[in-house]
Formats: sequence, C-alpha cells, structure tokens
Amino acid sequence: MTAPTAVTHGTGPAPGAAEDELLAHFDALIAEGETIEPRDWMPDGYRRMLTRQIAQHAHSEIIGMQPEGAWLTRAPSLHRKSVLIAKVQDEAGHGLYLYSAAETLGVDRADLLDALHHGRQRASATFNHPALTWADTGAIAWLTDGAAVINQAPLCRTSYGPYARAMRRVCQEEAFHVRQGYDLMRALCEGTPEQKAMAQDAVDRWWLPAVALMFGPPDTEAGGSDARTAALGAAVSRRAMAWGIKRHTNDELRQRFVDSCVPQAERLGLTLPDPAIRWNEERGHYDFTPIDWDTYRTALGEETHWARRRIDHRRAAHEDGAWVREAAAAYAAREEAAGPPAGPGADVPRQTQEERA
Amino acid sequence: MTTTSETRTDTSAVPSADADLATYLLRLGDDALVLGQRLCGWITRAPLIEEDLALSNIALDLVGHARTLFTLAGRLDGTGRTEDDFAFTRREREFTNALLTELPNGDFAVTVARQLAHTHYASLLYEALAGCPDPELAAFGARAAKEVAFHRLHADRWVRQLGLGTPESARRMQRGLERVWPYTAELFDEDDVVRRLAATGTVPSPAPLRPEWERRVTEVVTGAGLTVPTPSWQARGGRSGLHTEEFTDLVGELQSVHRQFPGGTW
Repeated sequence: MTAPTAVTHGTGPAPGAAEDELLAHFDALIAEGETIEPRDWMPDGYRRMLTRQIAQHAHSEIIGMQPEGAWLTRAPSLHRKSVLIAKVQDEAGHGLYLYSAAETLGVDRADLLDALHHGRQRASATFNHPALTWADTGAIAWLTDGAAVINQAPLCRTSYGPYARAMRRVCQEEAFHVRQGYDLMRALCEGTPEQKAMAQDAVDRWWLPAVALMFGPPDTEAGGSDARTAALGAAVSRRAMAWGIKRHTNDELRQRFVDSCVPQAERLGLTLPDPAIRWNEERGHYDFTPIDWDTYRTALGEETHWARRRIDHRRAAHEDGAWVREAAAAYAAREEAAGPPAGPGADVPRQTQEERA
Repeated sequence: MTTTSETRTDTSAVPSADADLATYLLRLGDDALVLGQRLCGWITRAPLIEEDLALSNIALDLVGHARTLFTLAGRLDGTGRTEDDFAFTRREREFTNALLTELPNGDFAVTVARQLAHTHYASLLYEALAGCPDPELAAFGARAAKEVAFHRLHADRWVRQLGLGTPESARRMQRGLERVWPYTAELFDEDDVVRRLAATGTVPSPAPLRPEWERRVTEVVTGAGLTVPTPSWQARGGRSGLHTEEFTDLVGELQSVHRQFPGGTW
C-alpha cells in the first residue's frame, strides 16, 4: 500500500493499533470531511451517539405514521387519499432505511423496536399530540415535515456514511411531503369558512410542537429561557458538531424554520399562534417567543395519555403480528434447510463500503 | 326532432352500450376502492414494517384503479360525475362492489386469503381487459394488470409462508381461506349488463375466467400444504347494492370528512 497524500479510507492504522493512533486517524477523516464507514474504527462515544440518534429518528418515522395514518380511511378526496397513502408509505420506508443504517453500527432492528416498545428509547415527542381533524394531516406535513427537512438537510452531509446516504433519500421525499402539506392547507384556506377554520385550528395546535420538539432543547442562551438547560444542550451539540454528526445548533435550525414559515403562513392567510413573531431588522430574522423547555418537557413526559397511546398502538401491532413473524422465520429456516435460496432477492448482500459513493 | 334530453330518457329505458359499460366499470371501481379502503385499515398495524409498506403500496394502486374507472364511468353514463362524486356522495346501496372486497380485515391470514382470491381474479380480468377494443380501457387494463401481478405475488408468497410456517400460522391460514371462500363466486357472476357487453365483445365476461382462477389459486393453496375450501353456501348481493352490515361503517368512515363540509373543495 502506498502512502496516501490525503487521509482517506482504508489507509489508516492496522487493526489492533494503539487507540491514540486510531483516534488520530478518525479525527483526521472527520477534519478532511471524509465519511466514517461501518468498518472504520470509531470512538465508543461516537458510536453510542449515532446509534441513539439514528434509532430515535427511525422510531419517529414509525410512530409518526400514526397521527396521519388514522386519517387514511377518511381523506375527503381520492386525490388526497392517494397522496396521504403515499406519504405514510414513505415514512415506513424511511423507518426501514434508518433501522438499516443503525444496524451497520452493530445493533439489531428487533432490539431497537423492543427498546421503543418498553420505553428504553423514544420517538420524537412531537407525535405525542393527537391528530384531531383532517386539517391536522396538512399541518403535520407542512409544519412537522417542514421542520424535519430543515433539521435533516444538514444530515445529508453528516459524518457517518450510511446515515448520510439514508438521509439523502429521506430528505428528498420529505421535501415533497412539505409541498403536499402546504398544498392541502392552501386548498382548505381557499375553501369554505368552515374549512379555513379547521386549518387555523390545526395550525394553532401543531405550531409549538413543530417549533419546540422537532429541533430539540435550546442549546444557546439566546434560544433558551433557562441558562443551565442551554449550557447542557450546548455541550451535547458541541460534541456532536466536533464529530461532524451535527452541523448546526438546535436554535440556529429553529430560527431558520421560523424564518421560512412566517411568509408561508402569511400567503395562506393563517396566523401562527405566537404574538411575539415579528421581523427584527437588526438580526435579519423573525423574533419569536423562546421555548419554555422545562414546562414543555414536563407536559410531554412518557406518562401522558398520548405518549402511552402511541406506544400501545405500536406494541399491539407488534404483538398481534408475532405469529406472522414466527411463521416467516420458520418458513425461511425450512427453505434454507431445503437447499440454496432461489429467486431474486433471496440473498441480498449487506451494504458494503464500496457503495458509499 | 329528438332533443338531447329525450335521447337520454330513451337510453335509460333501454340501457345503451355506454350505460352498460358505465355500470360495469363502476363495479370494478367499487371493488378497487372498497378493498383499498379495507387495506388502509392495516397501515400502522401490520405485523412487520415491510408489510405496512407493502399493504400501503397495494392500497395506493387500488385507489388509483378506482379513480380511473370512476372517471371513465362518469363520462360514459352521461351524468358527468367525477371520481369524488362516486366515492363520496353515493349511499351504501348504490355501491356495487362484490361482497368479498368489503369483508372485514380479520387477522393477517384473513386479509391474505381475501387478497389471494381478489388478486388472481383481478389479474385475469385486467389481462383480458387489456385486449378490449376501447383503447383507453385497454390501456387501463394493461397498466392495472401489471400492478396487480405484484399484488398477486405478494399474496402467493404469504399464503406459502403462512401455510408452511408454523402449525399456528397454517391453522390460521386455513381458517382465513374458509372465511372468505363463500364470497368468491360472486366475482364471476354474469347478469344482463355483463352478457350484453360480452356479446358485443366490449369487455370480457368474468364467468369464463373462473376455471383458470380455480387452477391458479388451487396451485398456490395446495402448494402451501392447505386445502381449497368447498363451501356449502355462496354469498351474493354486492353487485346489486345489497351489502354486509359492516359496510355501513365502511362507507360512513370513507365519506365522513367530505360530508361534514358541504361545498368544500379539497
């Protein structure tokens, strides 16, 4: 192997090298903007942080199917029904990409789901709100998915290769969902007064969850009401940014989201439920009420009606389907014993480093 | 002189070929919409995330079929009704889907059995429709046949996995087949509308497709170590608007938002 002029993959210290040498190579890869791949050495903290983040993200996709999924049978036009089915289907797909990305870190999807079902891991608390009307499906797509796109776009360049690649596909589809959500809200706003009232009511209920919960706790003092929480958040964000997992602070992304939503709401003729929203010439951003994180977090603990409902729904589906999964596993074992697998897709290779381009 | 309205009155007394075709397409559209609606009930409740994905994919195709068929029917029957008029403003008794498609989901095996019966039927029918003289209808048949071919593979694969999986899954799969089989005969029924259309070669009659359907489903079922049921009774009525009691809930749910906002645009 010839000595590389720049730090790249497969050129690092041999396996079994001293940890400081491995760490130096890892840091150099990050500094060069190279991705870290599953077979690369990585610090335990990096692996843990990523596993937690990707799993939480995957869980959020799966739990996030519920509020909208509940309206599939009631969509008021066949066009909207098709759009909503496709969206919920995309979310299931995102969950699958992300669980696969997490599996490259040495965890198992079944264990991650078990952790979700038993409260050891969580989905975004955004979805611990009920979708009470048809307009909620529009507000969720416009605001929640809109927040997700802003939050997740930088993750397309996150340092862990499988996560970054999964996110590129996720973001493309999410951007489409936001447009569909906006379009759904626009139709309601241009409809009867009753339809418009339904749209406003949904925005009143989904604005704060999107602003507060899709971006995580305040991690700068400017964005938080509590200096200690902000300091704690800042420490976590600094670590994540040093590792190239995150690219921006939570509050930076939150501001970007507010800045994008205000003119959209104005075009729709909807009022965002925050009287403090106004353009700040000096900052070049919209001001808004800082999130009172402590109060909000208390109200959204796991011991709330909707948090329980989401997990119970998910767990019931999993438990009711156990016999189906057992049958599929028994069938697969039987086929394997009978001989080499036949047909396309019977032996799908795991993603390899070579696919990272 | 014959005015347009007189012509319409005349054709409704003795159904025109267009009116017959509209009736026929509405039946297929109702089959697709109602089955799609049922499958929507699985999404977020499936045994595997892969199945949330697969069943939503199938539901999406079915809603797409219904939209095309309703639009064609509205043009042919002279009323100019839209796809949404058909889906959201008709009453229960005006739906003409086969009873099979409205059967409640039951456990996963019941749904798989219902899919098996319907996809093999739809697959044969759409393939035949692809050869019909109307170019628009033929194009629809060709596209739908391609999509339904995947639904069929999905059903076939699950019948096999459940039939040959565990004793419990085999028992449930057999029970699922027993549950839905009395509702399969109606799919192949012929009435005057179908007979008139088939006589002119406008569309295929489903009746002659039955032997091939029997052969195909028997191959799948017996290949999975299961038995094709031989029900002592056959349910009928959907094609003439006589539905199951559960159907009222299905239609009520389907139309609830649309009906809550009279004059709404979506």
